[in-house]
Amino acid sequence: MLIIAMALVTLAERASFLLLKDRLRMPPLLERALAYVPAAVLSALVAPVVFSGDGASLGPVDARVMAAALAALVAWLTRSVIGTLAVGMGALWALSWLLG
Amino acid sequence: MVLGVAPFGLIVGVSAVSIDMSVGAAVLMSALVVAGASQIAAISLLGAAAAPWTILLTVAVINLRHVMYSASLVAWLKRYGLFERLLMAFVMVDQTYAMSVLRFGEEDDDFPRRDYLLGVGFTMWTTWVSTTALGAVVGARVPESWQLDFTIPLVFLALLVPQVRTRPTLAAAVTGGGLVLALAGLPYNLGLIVASVAGIAAGTVAGTVVGTAAGKIADTRAEGSRRGSK
Repeated sequence: MLIIAMALVTLAERASFLLLKDRLRMPPLLERALAYVPAAVLSALVAPVVFSGDGASLGPVDARVMAAALAALVAWLTRSVIGTLAVGMGALWALSWLLG
Repeated sequence: MVLGVAPFGLIVGVSAVSIDMSVGAAVLMSALVVAGASQIAAISLLGAAAAPWTILLTVAVINLRHVMYSASLVAWLKRYGLFERLLMAFVMVDQTYAMSVLRFGEEDDDFPRRDYLLGVGFTMWTTWVSTTALGAVVGARVPESWQLDFTIPLVFLALLVPQVRTRPTLAAAVTGGGLVLALAGLPYNLGLIVASVAGIAAGTVAGTVVGTAAGKIADTRAEGSRRGSK
């Protein structure tokens, strides 16, 4: 089943280093590249939803983009997931109501 | 932390049934895969009748960051047995990783890392599975106007922003985000894969040039080795 395959692929990725410990030496280039995976992938996941154009907008002002920008600021200042969520969703609803 | 996972789980459940997945299948996926972003992508690809290999590749790329989490944590967890490490791997979601790495860095060697990790991890897992179930059951009755899908990028934003500490990581983020928008026309979420790989490459190249971020993982691992192993 596809679900099992997905689960195994994901578990393999999660377990990779934990199981191999330091026995399998990774080429240094790959190890350096690994550091950039979260930034690249998370960004690639965030961008399409924020810039989807689905939300309310008035001219150049897009509710989703603004809410995301505000949320990013909160994330940068507080590193709080809850705070980011609260401000982001709050801003989105407020802006959607204002612009919608 | 749980608050971040809950709406995400709801959305996964709602999305799954929106493509006519059964509640059981939706819950099973969440219970076994435990990786929201990849689940959402898989669901949308399934809805578009994509080939299984495309779905698996997309899942693998989206979840690549877990390899990094694994590399970053291994030094802290050397003292534990194979099965324990496998269990810890299973519950390793973004928030669990973020919390654990932070905590391990603050505490000394006596700290019960496995218990902490499994405690946080299984709390997340339970929340994840139950909110998926709730979302799947409630399904279409969640109003679209709530725009709950926006909670997903918000959660990832909360994780992304602290990551971008250096110019190379900024390069990775900007490349990944920018390219995925440029390649939005590509089928089967291929834009995501290409953008991710390009972002990783951009960061690596910039890191080689700038030379500052190269040691990020190495630093974490070195620190872990100094304080974490027997």
